[in-house]
Amino acid sequence: MWNPIKFIFNKTKPWFSKGGKLEALYPLWEVFDTFFYTPEEVATGKCAVRDSIDFKRMMITVCIALIPCCFMACYNTGYQAYKTMSTTSVAQKIVDDKGVEKTVVAPLKSLPTDGLKNWRGWLMSCVKVGNFDLGAVPEKGTVSYFSHPIQFIVFGAMYFIPIYIVTFVVGILWEVVFAIFRKEIVNEGFFVTAMLFPLTLPATIPLWIVAVSISFGVVIGKEVFGGTGRNILNPALVARAFIFFAFAGTITGDSIWVPVDGTTMATPLAAATQQGMDGISAVAASQNLTDMQYWFDCFAGFIPGSMGETSTLCCLIGAAMLIFTGIGSWRVMLSMCVGTGALAVFTYFMYSIGYTTNPAWGIYPHWHFVMGGFALGCAFMATDPVTGALTRGGQYVYGFLIGALVIVVRAMNPAYPEGVMLAILFGNLCAPMIDYVFVQANIKRRALRNV
Amino acid sequence: MATAKEYKEAFLSPLFATNPIALSVLGICSALAVTTKMDTALTMTIAVTSVLVCSNFAVSLIRNHIPSSIRMIVQMVIIAAMVMIVDLVLQAFAFKLSKSLSVFVSLIITNCIIMGRAEAFAMKNPPLLSIVDGLGNGFGYGLILMIVSFFREFFGSGTIFGFEVLKTVNNGGWYMPNGLMILAPSAFFIIGLIIWLFKTINPKLQEGEK
Repeated sequence: MWNPIKFIFNKTKPWFSKGGKLEALYPLWEVFDTFFYTPEEVATGKCAVRDSIDFKRMMITVCIALIPCCFMACYNTGYQAYKTMSTTSVAQKIVDDKGVEKTVVAPLKSLPTDGLKNWRGWLMSCVKVGNFDLGAVPEKGTVSYFSHPIQFIVFGAMYFIPIYIVTFVVGILWEVVFAIFRKEIVNEGFFVTAMLFPLTLPATIPLWIVAVSISFGVVIGKEVFGGTGRNILNPALVARAFIFFAFAGTITGDSIWVPVDGTTMATPLAAATQQGMDGISAVAASQNLTDMQYWFDCFAGFIPGSMGETSTLCCLIGAAMLIFTGIGSWRVMLSMCVGTGALAVFTYFMYSIGYTTNPAWGIYPHWHFVMGGFALGCAFMATDPVTGALTRGGQYVYGFLIGALVIVVRAMNPAYPEGVMLAILFGNLCAPMIDYVFVQANIKRRALRNV
Repeated sequence: MATAKEYKEAFLSPLFATNPIALSVLGICSALAVTTKMDTALTMTIAVTSVLVCSNFAVSLIRNHIPSSIRMIVQMVIIAAMVMIVDLVLQAFAFKLSKSLSVFVSLIITNCIIMGRAEAFAMKNPPLLSIVDGLGNGFGYGLILMIVSFFREFFGSGTIFGFEVLKTVNNGGWYMPNGLMILAPSAFFIIGLIIWLFKTINPKLQEGEK
């Protein structure tokens, strides 16, 4: 049977192979070829297959494990926006009876259709099936966790997907450029980075900043070291750190988490680092929840924050998949939890015996696990096999170091509300040294045993 | 007598082939500290170049009379004297700039480029050639400083030599300044990229596999 795709690839192959006109662009052609078909080249001579898992399969497993987080990223972004729109009055442009445009502060009747958000509101108000109007803002007080799931997901996806597309296109562009200049093939490592990076960003991040930062992350964080597998730092975190230091206003503060103009809403972590447990209780009370109910909100992910980091539950599902398939190291995850737990208990103990100058020390230890980026970092960032420690003993030390540093930056240092990103980057830097110590210790031990 | 070729070599090679910052990685400290603004970077370049030229000349003049055992101290005294002159001149005629450079002018004493050139070049070569070498190294240093400070000031504050080019958001414009460029690590990134560029253009500079 005539196969058009195969025909195209067979026809174009001579152009890109050695001696062809477009030889330099071979990596680009190879990307699409191996996307559709298994490569023709087979191993010659003796070869040994140790495991059915290869680089591609490993990366795709991580991507699948990230799907719950991506889903929750869309759902919660929409949920937060709808909750805000249905409960608070915001500044909006309306046209009054005389046809004069003016700005009033009032509860929204429909999605914001002016300013930057116009295409989203416009797109959603286009969908009307019978009584169902996707663009209508629900009545005050009717928004709850599962009240308008389709609206939540569609609205959230319209923030998540553009960020994802920009990340992906810009990042792959750099990968291809470097592959062409280095005469290597493009590899799949970037798929995971491209999926992780949008999850660490707030929904309101401007797209050009996404493009600039992922360029920095891919080039400085990865390609200068020689590409995937040789990077010492997690490129997604390097990109996020770039935004954190270069455009701090777009990734920290209270006004960026909910994608509705003019709303300020602190993340529970920001409230906690400033006022300790009182801050958390105040936020919970403002939503008519008890502390414990709010803790479950944080656990499930119905809180403002970076898109993918809010839900500890989804990260747990992802972590379970990674551990089950043997791709993520449970040693790192466990020791990171132990490290955070140990220091959190220590700071809480110090607080309860009278060291009360810093309210962040008084946060109950179990809150640290559900706030901020801890769960996402623990499940997907710290366990990155390229940048983390590889020796078994080293993984325990590495995880513990990161976990402990999270509390040091988060609670002990009042300057930064969130410490997971910085802690993991620091852990990445230490990983080769930790491995070195363990390898040397092993060599010494075995030398002693054999002499 | 040194030939014309030697003069040319002494002047041109420190610009690219043996650039003190990009290839020897000397003088990094000041390259991080004074490059947030182009005018401070230019002042620093002029200051370092003049100290370098004078100290090279002075060391070279008395190179045959310096006992080897105390040569470092003698070089140090000469350099320190030159730096003090430059510092006082700046304070007298460009007080504002001297303020913004603060301690970094006096710290030229510890700039490895100056001591390095005195020890490696001026001690072995005649005075005129040493002056040319000092000029070359000063310009090589300045070249990197100006490139780094251009990027840092342009992207970090939207200005060039203090003149507004991109109107920042704070002043009612559209440009959102890149805060990372104000911080010292950005100079590391830019210098790293410059080294990358130098070594890609001229593969001879790449170190072999170890």
